Amino acid sequence: MSLWFEPRLTRDWDDPSMIGLDGYVAKGGYEALSKALAMTDADIVDVVKSSGLRGRGGAGFPAGMKWGFVPRDTGKPTYVVANFDESEPGTCNNRELVERDPHRLLEGMAIAALAIGCETAYLYVRGEYLWQSMVLERAIAQAYAAGHLGPDVQGSGKRVDVVLHRGAGAYICGEETALLNSLEGFRGQPRLRPPFPAVEGLFASPTVINNVETLMNVPDILVRGAEWFRELGTEKSPGTKMVTVSGKVERPGNFEVPLGTSFRIVLEELAGGVLGGRALKAWTPGGSSTPMLTAEHLDVGLDYESLAEAGSMLGTAAIMVMDDTDCVVDCATRMVRFYAHESCGKCTPCREGSWWATRVLERLEDGQGQAPDLPIMRDLGTNLMFRAFCALADGTASVINSSLQHFPDEYEAHVRLGGCPLKVEHLEEVPA
Amino acid sequence: MVFEGPLRADADSILARYPEDHRRSAVMPLLYLAQSVEGSVTREALREIGALLQITTAEVEAVASFYTMYRLRPTGTHVISVCTNLACKLRGAEAVFEAAHEATGVAHGAELSDDGLFTVHEEECLGVCDFAPAVQINFCSHDTVSPERMRELVAGLRAGEVPSPARGPAFDSFKAASRALAGLEEVPSA
Ligand SMILES: Cc1cc2nc3c(=O)[nH]c(=O)nc-3n(C[C@H](O)[C@H](O)[C@H](O)COP(=O)(O)O)c2cc1C
Ligand code: SF4
Ligand code: FES
Repeated sequence: MSLWFEPRLTRDWDDPSMIGLDGYVAKGGYEALSKALAMTDADIVDVVKSSGLRGRGGAGFPAGMKWGFVPRDTGKPTYVVANFDESEPGTCNNRELVERDPHRLLEGMAIAALAIGCETAYLYVRGEYLWQSMVLERAIAQAYAAGHLGPDVQGSGKRVDVVLHRGAGAYICGEETALLNSLEGFRGQPRLRPPFPAVEGLFASPTVINNVETLMNVPDILVRGAEWFRELGTEKSPGTKMVTVSGKVERPGNFEVPLGTSFRIVLEELAGGVLGGRALKAWTPGGSSTPMLTAEHLDVGLDYESLAEAGSMLGTAAIMVMDDTDCVVDCATRMVRFYAHESCGKCTPCREGSWWATRVLERLEDGQGQAPDLPIMRDLGTNLMFRAFCALADGTASVINSSLQHFPDEYEAHVRLGGCPLKVEHLEEVPA
Repeated sequence: MVFEGPLRADADSILARYPEDHRRSAVMPLLYLAQSVEGSVTREALREIGALLQITTAEVEAVASFYTMYRLRPTGTHVISVCTNLACKLRGAEAVFEAAHEATGVAHGAELSDDGLFTVHEEECLGVCDFAPAVQINFCSHDTVSPERMRELVAGLRAGEVPSPARGPAFDSFKAASRALAGLEEVPSA
């Protein structure tokens, strides 16, 4: 279908030459960097602040404000870190953004570096994105050769180096302080905050950490201005957002939409509706860590405020769609097993709680569940939410709490029928 | 010795990526480098990395054991990673995971096949949910893999073929992919 708005991040996605420097420059690439070099760092921070750009990595923190927190008088270097760990189940938009347009990320990083006086920016890529990291290595080499990176950026006398660092398979390393530990050569376990990374981050120095999509919005904001950026999206959630739609839909994929676009439009117009025309049962709005919603929430807008009102979160805008043949307990089991596997082990509620929750869910799905298992699940959900060291455990709790909230009957049926009500063999056991 | 001759030069080039007073950051790429030589990370490699970074072997092992992409036990020539997380599960990943075990002969819970050719690994989200079920062979992506396709891929590998991935170049072994993961592979020009 033709789009009802002018795409931004995806506008050149059908141009394969964008993967190289020449293609990017032909479309105006690195002009934003020239513009930034002619501005004071405070002015760069200000324009990003007035654009209202919010972090796309999950929490939605205003990017300009974060940049503004960086103290400049500590005598220490400052660092920019791009977070390309993208491991939230259901999420793959950063991957495609980088595959199709790698230089935009480098330009965004360089501008962020100028804004906080940073000379070395790190790019943390999850290990499994091996090809994408190689695309970036090539782009970095091209940008150095053309003088957009290196000791004398575009002849300004300013230095911006970009160092790529690969992860090695650990979801928790997407959490910003765990990422910093990983980058420093330690186990990827979160750090106590405060101090926040803006004050004491990488190598105990002031550090700005931003998501890939956040940074890729920055070049346009510099060239076209904050007002232009606000032309799409909502007052409090300006701009567009990449959404990933996966699971039971006709056309899974990454789509760019103005923030505030309803889930119905994304599902029906962009993703082609539920697979095989079946009925929608449940969906995650922002990856498995965000509370699942139901068919009742089709018209909820995909933006920070509307989803909060509906009892969930925008997260990474990774929509996983479950249809009426999918068992919610089975799906919740798989999601919770993920958190049990990825728990870094640092704190007890998460390490033990996600393990126990997996055991209980598995026995429910296997037909070994007992009536007391449901209050046990409720108890686990309550005790995990906001009570662990980092937000990973809130994801575990969200799966448990939201599935229990929206599908209590399905949980009860598992206990009553001694197995999954969606599996035919058990249906036959239902007394007439 | 793992890091001698040209490998010592590779290790030095990795060390040079990081500030002189923060060399410890090099531990992750050095682990990949060791893995690219030995096919897994051995005790000797852990010791040598510790010596290079002036940290204890235990500290290096603490890092190596934290991440799933470092293999501390004997590993097949090819590592087949099958995502079974939700987006892939909804599209039939469990049958693909089964097919991977059957075709390779790797028993559930075992590290590798008897012939030493394969390791099968259940993955969390690989970030290719738009082409579920997602599979990686030696960290190269294969999209929308059916059980039949999985059997074909394994048969091809047995016959010495390197299947073309959905995107990017193919690495013909886990060792070769590990070298690229250490950041030491030339990238073909765009
Ligand atoms: C368990 C966990 C995993 C996370 N994974 C990612 C990730 O893969 N990518 C990302 O950008 N942010 C991730 N985040 C959020 C980061 O901590 C951080 O807020 C973000 O990178 C900041 O960038 P932004 O303000 O541009 O969104 C994660 C957070 C948690 C708690
Ligand atoms: S909540 Fe989980 S992942 Fe986060 S610090 Fe605690 S154990 Fe680690
Ligand atoms: S859930 Fe399988 S790749 Fe994302």
